[in-house]
Amino acid sequence: MLLIPCPHCGPRAEVEFRCGGEAHVVRPAEPESASDEVWRDYLFVRKSPKGVHFERWNHAHGCQRWFNVARDTVSDEILAVYRMGEAPPEVGR
Amino acid sequence: MSQAFRLGSGGRIDRSASLRFRFDGQSFQGHPGDTLASALLANGVHLVGRSFKYHRPRGIMTAGSEEPNALVQLAPAKARTEPNVRATVVELKNGLVAESQNRWPSLGFDLGQLNDVLSPLFPAGFYYKTFMWPKAFWERVYEPRIRAIAGLGVAPAKPDPDRYLHRHAHCDVLVVGGGPAGIAAALEAGRSGKRVILVDEQAELGGGLLALPDAAVEGLDELAALPEVRVLTRTTCTGYYDHNYLVMLERVTDHLAEPDPDLPRQRLWRVRAGEVVLATGALERPLVFRGNDRPGVMLASAARAYVNRWAVRLGSRAVVFTNNDTAYAAAFDLHRAGIEVGCIVDVRPEPKGKLVAEARELGIRIRAGSVVTGTEGPLRVNQAVVAPLDQAGGIGGYLGTVEPCDLLLVSGGWNPNVGLFSQARGRLRFDDALAAFVTGDASLPREQRLRSVGGAAGDFSGFDAPPTPLLPIWAVPSDRRGKAFVDFQNDVTAKDLGLALTEGLRSIEHVKRFTTTGMGTDQGKTSNVNALAIVAETLAKPVAEVGTTTFRPPYVPVTFGALVGHSRGDLFDVERRTAMHDLAVARGAVFEDVGNWKRAWYFPKPGEDMHAAVVRETRQVREAGGILDASTLGKIDVQGRDARTFLNRVYTNAWSKLAPGMCRYGLMLRDDGMVYDDGVTACLDDRHFHMTTTTGGAPRVLAWLEDLLQTEWPELEVYLTSVTEQWATMAVNGPLAREILAPLVEDCDLAAEAFPHMAWRAARIAGVQGRIFRISFTGELAFEVNVPADQGAAVLAAILEVAEPRGVTLYGTETMHVLRAEKGFIIVGQETDGTTTPIDLGMDWIVAKKKGDFIGKRGLERPDLVAGDRKQLVGLLTKDQKTVLVEGAQVVATPTGRVPWPMLGHVTSAYASPNAGRPIALALVAGGHARHGQTLWVPMPGKRPIPVEITAPVFFDPENKRLHG
Ligand SMILES: [Zn+2]
Repeated sequence: MLLIPCPHCGPRAEVEFRCGGEAHVVRPAEPESASDEVWRDYLFVRKSPKGVHFERWNHAHGCQRWFNVARDTVSDEILAVYRMGEAPPEVGR
Repeated sequence: MSQAFRLGSGGRIDRSASLRFRFDGQSFQGHPGDTLASALLANGVHLVGRSFKYHRPRGIMTAGSEEPNALVQLAPAKARTEPNVRATVVELKNGLVAESQNRWPSLGFDLGQLNDVLSPLFPAGFYYKTFMWPKAFWERVYEPRIRAIAGLGVAPAKPDPDRYLHRHAHCDVLVVGGGPAGIAAALEAGRSGKRVILVDEQAELGGGLLALPDAAVEGLDELAALPEVRVLTRTTCTGYYDHNYLVMLERVTDHLAEPDPDLPRQRLWRVRAGEVVLATGALERPLVFRGNDRPGVMLASAARAYVNRWAVRLGSRAVVFTNNDTAYAAAFDLHRAGIEVGCIVDVRPEPKGKLVAEARELGIRIRAGSVVTGTEGPLRVNQAVVAPLDQAGGIGGYLGTVEPCDLLLVSGGWNPNVGLFSQARGRLRFDDALAAFVTGDASLPREQRLRSVGGAAGDFSGFDAPPTPLLPIWAVPSDRRGKAFVDFQNDVTAKDLGLALTEGLRSIEHVKRFTTTGMGTDQGKTSNVNALAIVAETLAKPVAEVGTTTFRPPYVPVTFGALVGHSRGDLFDVERRTAMHDLAVARGAVFEDVGNWKRAWYFPKPGEDMHAAVVRETRQVREAGGILDASTLGKIDVQGRDARTFLNRVYTNAWSKLAPGMCRYGLMLRDDGMVYDDGVTACLDDRHFHMTTTTGGAPRVLAWLEDLLQTEWPELEVYLTSVTEQWATMAVNGPLAREILAPLVEDCDLAAEAFPHMAWRAARIAGVQGRIFRISFTGELAFEVNVPADQGAAVLAAILEVAEPRGVTLYGTETMHVLRAEKGFIIVGQETDGTTTPIDLGMDWIVAKKKGDFIGKRGLERPDLVAGDRKQLVGLLTKDQKTVLVEGAQVVATPTGRVPWPMLGHVTSAYASPNAGRPIALALVAGGHARHGQTLWVPMPGKRPIPVEITAPVFFDPENKRLHG
C-alpha cells in the first residue's frame, strides 16, 4: 500500500485516498465547437505508460483536497506531488 | 509408549511437566517446548501423512515453517478445526488433537496409494489431457473424483468461534527474524533510540542458534531493557508491500491450552516501517534422488534441531548425504547424542578441511565422490543405496552398496531466505558459489528502504559449518526406476519436469504451471531452486538464464479469520438507520438494504404477505394518504456567490431564474452525456441552495461536485456540505396530505394559492422549526417535511397521531416504487445504467437548449447518442393483463426464434399496479419511442414468450390532476 504525501496533511496511507486517473486532461474550452474526435479524446483516451505517470489523487478520507502525483508505474515510486493547475514537473530517470 | 525416543538429557524442553496429546486417535505425551513434530518424533512417530497425489507415506522433513510434508488437521470436526497445519510449527499444548490427512482408511494402509502404482496414468499435466473429453464429463465426473482422491485437509464446517484483531503500527526499524543477525540489528537500532519492532515466528528468539548444542542466545536482556524496542514472537511477516508496508501475523493464543477469553486468537499487524532489516536466515534444501520422500529422510539442519533443541533420538543408524560442509556438523551432533552415523555420503570427490578431519577422528566413515542413488523401506526408510559417481557424473550401471539406516540426513546447500526481499520487488541473482539465489544489489525501488543481513544476505560467516565449498548436484542418478521428488507437497518429480520440457514448454513460469511445482501452500520453499536447476541442466543453460522464481505474499498461509478481523457478522459493514427507524420497527416494517441504509420496505399487517401489504399500501396512498421516510435521500447544502452558476453547469436545465422559496427538479449528466443522478434542489436564498440526490448517489455526487469545483472551476466561489444526516425527511402524500399537516403546522399557509407545487416554506411542524417542500414522487398532492434529525421521530409520531385515525399510515420503498412507476418517474440506476441519456428517457424537456455550456451538453451530440435506434424508455402492458414481468427480462420482436435471438432491450421495472388495475412495466427498447402501439414479446423462464404492448411510460393520471389535490 502506497504512502502518499498529501501536500496539505503530509504522508498518509493509500486507503485514505481516491485516485482520479490521468492528470492534465483538459476539458476543451469551447465544447460546442470541439470536433467529435477532440471530444472523444477528452472523454475516453487515456495514457497508460510504463514509467512516469501524472495522475490526480484526492485525499478523500482526510482534507478532501485534490492534487497531482507523478508516480512511476513500474516501481510505484512517487516522484513528485504538486498542486492542481501546476504544470507537470520534470521528473523521471 | 511414552517418549521412548527422548534423549536422556538436554534440549530446550521442560521435562518437569508433561503434556498429553492425540494423533490419529492414539494418545501421546510430550513436554512444554515441544512442537507437535518434535513430540511425535520423541514418540517414534515418523509417518505423519500421505502425499497429495500419489498418497506416498510421508514424514517430517524440516523443523520450521518451510515444511512441505507434515501437514495435519488440528481439532478435527470441531468448529476450531484447521487443515493443512505444519506439524513443525505447532507448539504442543495439553489436550491437542491432530489427525493425518489425505489417507483412507488409515495412515498405514491407504488405498489411495494405488495412485503411486498407477502413476504412469498420472504424469504432470495429466488432467489437462486425459480428461479433456467428453467436455461435460470434466465438471460432473472427472473433477469431483480427482478432487476426492487428491486432496489435503478438510475445511471447517462451522462458524469460527474465535476473535481476530487488526493492529496498525509505525516504527523506525522493523527487524524480521530473531536469529543472531536480527538480534544484533535490533540492538544496534534500539541503542540509538529508534523505535524498533523485532519479529520472529518462533516462540523464542534465537533462530538458528536454538538448533545448536547448548545454545546460548545473547543480547536478550539488553533488548528487553531498551524502551523503544518491541519484540513480537510467534509473529510471521507474511507480506512486504509497497513503500515499506508490511503485514505480520501474530499467533496470540494458539499455543495455549486454556487461553484468556479476552485475548484474540490471532492479530494481524500492518506496519509502516522507516527501514526494514531482513534477517530471515537461510533455508536448507533437499537433494533430488529416488525415494527422497520416505519418512526418515530429513534435512540435516532439521535433524540437528530435533536432536539438540528437542532432545529427540531420531533413529538408531543415520546416513548423511551432502554436497557441502553443513551436514558434517549435524552428523557430529547426532554422533555425540548416541545415534550411530553409518557414513557421510559426500558428493564432493575430495572433501577437505577441519570438519573432514573431525569426522575421521570421531570414526565416521566418509564416502567421498558418492551419492545416494535410492532408498528402500515401506513406511520408513530402512536402507540407502550408495554408489560412487563416475567421471561423467553418472553411476555407470553400478548398482551400489546398501547402507542400512532408519534416518537419512540430506543437505543440498542453503538458500538465503529471500522471499520478502523478492516481494519488496528486489531482484535476485544466482550465485554460483552458493548455487542459490541471493539478493541483487541496488535493485530496489527507492521507497523500499531495506537491507538484508546474515544468512538472508548470503552471509554464512555465523554458521559453525558454512555451506561452501559446495558441489551442486541437481538430479541425482538413480539405481533403478522410482520417483525422485522435487516438490514434496505437490508430488512433482524430476521426471515431471523433464516431461514438461519434452512437451515443449520452455518458460519456467509455464513449467511451474504445467507441473504445479512450487505452487503448494509452502510456495516451493524447499523445491524452487532444485526445480529451476534441473530445468536449466536439462536445457543445458545456466540457471540465471532460465529465470528466477517470484515470491508472492503470504510467506506462510494466513487464516481467513485474521484477514477478516472484526469485519464479519454485524460488524461486516456499517448499518445506517434513519431518525425514524424505531417508529417503523414498532409498526412491523420489513427492511431492505439500500446501500448501507436500512429502509422500511413494506409494513405487513397480520396475515399479509409482501404482495398483499404493497397492494394495500399503494391503494391507501392514492385513496387517503401515506407517509414515506425519505431521509436517506442525499442532501447537499450549496452556498456561495457562484452557487447559481454552479447549478447551471452541473444540471441540464436552467437555474438562473429560480426564485427563493421555489424548487426545481434537476438531472445531472456525465460529460459523455449519460444520466448520472437526479433530485430536487430548492433555492433558500440567492446564494444558498438545498440540493437533494438519490439515496445511493449521495456520496459520489458530492465527491464529483467537489472535484469539479476544485479542479475544473476553481474560480467559482461555492461551498458544499453534506447535510444528509442533519435532516429527517418525511413525505406526506395523498388527497388528505394537507388536512393531516394543517393542525400541526404553524407560520405557514398550506393552501394551494399560498403554497404552490414546487415551492418550499419554512415552518414549525409539531413545534419544531423545519422546512416543507411541496414536491411529489407519487403524483399525489404531497409535502416533504424536513426537520432536524434529532426531532424526526417526535415530529413523525405527531404526524402519525393525526394521520393514522384517518387511514393514512407509513408506507415503504416497495410501494414508493410502484407509485412512481405508475407515473413513469424514473429511478436513476434502475431505468438508467450509465449508457442512458435524457433523450433516451424521453426527458428532452429538461435539457436546456439555450443556456450556455453544462456538463454533458457536448456529449449528447456525439454521433452514437443521436442515432435513432438507441434504447428508449417505454411502458409495457402485458396483453393477458395478469403476468407481472421480471425486471431484467429481455424484449424481443418475435414470439419464436433461434438463438442468438435478436434482443431489442430489457425490462427495467415491473410491478403489479392496483391503481392501474393491471401489471405495468418500464423498459428500454431499441427505437422504443416510435414503437408505441406495437406488440413485442418478453421471454421468461418456464413460459412461452409473453406478448406485451408498447405504450407511453405513464399508467396513471396522465393529466397530473391529482398533484393539485
Ligand atoms: Zn490531505
